[in-house]
Amino acid sequence: MSSSANEAAARASAVSEMGRTIPTDAEVPHSEGVRWGMVVDLDRCTGCQACVVACQAENNIALNEEQRVLERRAKTWIRIERYWEGEFPNAKARFIPVLCQHCGNAPCETVCPVWATYHNREGLNVQVYNRCIGTRFCANGCPYSVRYFNFWNPEWPEPMNNQLNPDVTVRTKGIIEKCTFCVQRINRAHVTAGTEGREIRPGEVQPACAQSCPTSALVFADLNNSESYPAQLAEAEADRSYTLLEHFGTDPGVIYLKKVDPHAEIHEDEHAHA
Amino acid sequence: MQEPVIADTKTSNRELLDFVFAWPAWFFAVGGALNGLLVAAFVVVILMLMFGLQFLGYSHPVYWGFLIVNFVFWIGVSHAGIMVSAILRLTQAEWRRPVTRAAEVLTIFSLLTAVQFPLIHSGRPWRTMYWTFPYDWNRGAWPNPRSPLVWDPSAIFTYLTSTILFVYVALLPDLALARDRAPNPVSRAIYGVLAMGFRGTTRQWRIQTVAGLLLSAIILPIFVSVHSIVSWDFAVTSVPGWHNTIFAPYFVIGAVHSGVSAVVTVMIVMRYAFGLKRFITRDHIDSLARLLIVVATVWLFFFLLDFFFGLYGTEPAEVDTWQRRLVEPPWVVIAITFIICAYIIPVPMWMFRAIRRNFFWMFVTTILVNVGMWLERYMVVVPALERKSGLTFTYGDYAPSLSEFILVAASFALVILGFLTFSKLLPIMPAADIKEGQILADRIRVGRANVPAAMRE
Repeated sequence: MSSSANEAAARASAVSEMGRTIPTDAEVPHSEGVRWGMVVDLDRCTGCQACVVACQAENNIALNEEQRVLERRAKTWIRIERYWEGEFPNAKARFIPVLCQHCGNAPCETVCPVWATYHNREGLNVQVYNRCIGTRFCANGCPYSVRYFNFWNPEWPEPMNNQLNPDVTVRTKGIIEKCTFCVQRINRAHVTAGTEGREIRPGEVQPACAQSCPTSALVFADLNNSESYPAQLAEAEADRSYTLLEHFGTDPGVIYLKKVDPHAEIHEDEHAHA
Repeated sequence: MQEPVIADTKTSNRELLDFVFAWPAWFFAVGGALNGLLVAAFVVVILMLMFGLQFLGYSHPVYWGFLIVNFVFWIGVSHAGIMVSAILRLTQAEWRRPVTRAAEVLTIFSLLTAVQFPLIHSGRPWRTMYWTFPYDWNRGAWPNPRSPLVWDPSAIFTYLTSTILFVYVALLPDLALARDRAPNPVSRAIYGVLAMGFRGTTRQWRIQTVAGLLLSAIILPIFVSVHSIVSWDFAVTSVPGWHNTIFAPYFVIGAVHSGVSAVVTVMIVMRYAFGLKRFITRDHIDSLARLLIVVATVWLFFFLLDFFFGLYGTEPAEVDTWQRRLVEPPWVVIAITFIICAYIIPVPMWMFRAIRRNFFWMFVTTILVNVGMWLERYMVVVPALERKSGLTFTYGDYAPSLSEFILVAASFALVILGFLTFSKLLPIMPAADIKEGQILADRIRVGRANVPAAMRE
C-alpha cells in the first residue's frame, strides 16, 4: 500500500473515531454509570439567593444590572422563583430554585442543528460554546426556560474583572449558556481521583450553589450511586419528592422535595397566574 | 370565459418586451426608495453583527419574534409560484399563461428573502455554514439530523434550485426572443448566451415542453414538503401551542392562501405599471379569485381544527396559550384583525362576480389577506413562547423593536426590488407561452366543422 493510501485510511479512521465522540441518547443508559443530579429540599429553602450569587461568581456570569433585569435579559443560571400564595395579610412566599434540570430526555438536545448541546456519559446536559451558532431553538424548546442568550459580550468593571474564575470560559455574544452543574469542578475531581488511582468519593464534588446553601436545601451527587446522600434522601423522602413539570416526560436530574401543605388553598381558575 | 388575446405576433412581441428595453422614470424613483430601505436594513444587520442581538426585542424567554415570523411569511408567499404554474400547467388551465412567470419569479425572490432571516437572526451568522452546508468531514463536526433546522435548509434550497430550473426552462424561448430583438450588441450577446442556442426547432420545442411538464410534476412533492418542514420547526418542539400534528397541512394551505393572494396583487400592479392591459385581463383575476375562495375556506377549516385540537386536549398550558392568543390584550386585537383581514372581509366579497372582476377591490382584498396572514404567523409563533409552561415566574412579553420593523420593511423592499430587476432584465410575461395560447385558441373551418388550428401537447 502506498503511503498516501495509508494516510487516507488513517484519516478516515480518525474521522470515524471523532464522529463517535458524540454519543447518541441510546448510547447513554441512565441506569448505569454516573448520573450527576441534585436534590432540592423546598421545605428548607429560605429564598436567600446565596446560590444565585455563588453561581454568578463561580461561572463568570456577567453582572445583572437593573436595566438588564427590567428588560428580562438578566442571566441567572440558577434562579429563585418566588410565588405568592394566599391574599394579604395571610400571604405566604414560596420559593423554587430553578436551574438546568439536566434532563435524561432533553427537549433542547434534539432541536439544536449543530449539536452544540448533547448528553454526556455522566448524565450532564452539556453546552459546547464553540459550536453554538445562536439559533436559540434550544431556549424555546426548554420548558423550564433555563437557557440564557448572550445579547452582549460580557464586561466587568475594574476591579471585578480580577475575580473571574480561570477554570471557566467567558462566553462571547450570540450564544446560549446555562447551568453546567459546575462541570469544571467535576472535571477537576476526575483528575484528582485519577492521579490518586481511585473513584470520585461521594460528596467530593459540590457545585457552587450547593456549597453555598446555608440550609443545605441543595445537595448534589451521583443519583445512580445508592450510597450517596441525595440518592438516599430521595429514596427516604419518596412521599415528598417530585420532578418539575413531570408531565413533559423529560426525566430531569433534579429532584424536588416538598411536603404538601394541608392548609394550602387551591384556586382552580388561577392555575396559570402568579 | 376564455377570451383569447387579440393581437398579431408582432404587437405581442413588442408589448411583452417593451419594459425590458425601456427606462421609465418611475423605475429609478421606486428603485431608489427601495434601495434606501435596504441600506437602513444593512446598517441594522452590521450593528447586529458587531454588537450582538441587543437591538432586537427578544428577551427571556421569548427568543423568536418578528424575524422568524417574517421568514415563515415569505416562505408562505413563495408557494404561489408552484401552485399557479405547476398545478395549473398539469391541469391544463388555459388562463394560467400570462400569470405563470410572475408567480414563479415571486417565488424565487420571496425564497431568497426568506432565507436571509434565519441567518441574520442567529447569534453567530458567520458560523451558520455548519448548519446550512453541514458536511465538515475534517473535524467530524456533523449536524444534528434530528433538528428541524437541519431539514429546513435542505428543503428550502431544493425548492429554490428546482424553481430556478423551472423558470429557466420556461424562459428559454423568451430569451431567444429577447436575443433576436435586442437593440445593441452587448445585450444581444448576453441574451444569446442565456438562450443556450434556442432557435425554435421542433426538437427544441419538444424538449422544452417535456422538461417543463416533468419539472411541474417533480416539483409538487417539494412544494408540499417545504412548508411542512417549516411548520415542523414549531410542531416537533414540546412548546404548548406549537406542539400540534395539524401544523404541516395547516401551514401549507396557509402558504397557498397568502401566496396566491400575493400573485393577484402583483398581477394588478404589473397590469398598470408595465402597461399589460391587453394580457392581464379581468378573466385572470376572476379565475384566481375563485381559486382563492376554495383555498381560504380550507385554510379556515385547518385553523379551526388547530384551535379545537388545542381545546380538546384540555392541557392547561395549551389552553393558556389559546387564551393568550384569542382573549388577552394586546393579542385579542391582533386576533380579531387577523381573522377579519384573512377571511371575513375578503371571502364574502369574492363571492360577487362584480368584485372578482374589479381590479381595485381585488387589489385591496388580496393586500388584506396578506396583512392577515402575516399576523396569523405572528400569533402562531410569539404567544406560545410568552406562556411556555406552568412556571409562571418566567412569563414574559415580547415587544418588537425599531430594528425589527426596519428589517421586515426591508424584506418587502428586497422582494419588490428583485421583481423589478428581473422584469427589467428578462421578459416578465411568458411571451412564448402566451403566443402558444393564441395559436391553440385559433380555430379553422374544415368543411362544416370548426376545429382548433393546432393539436395539444
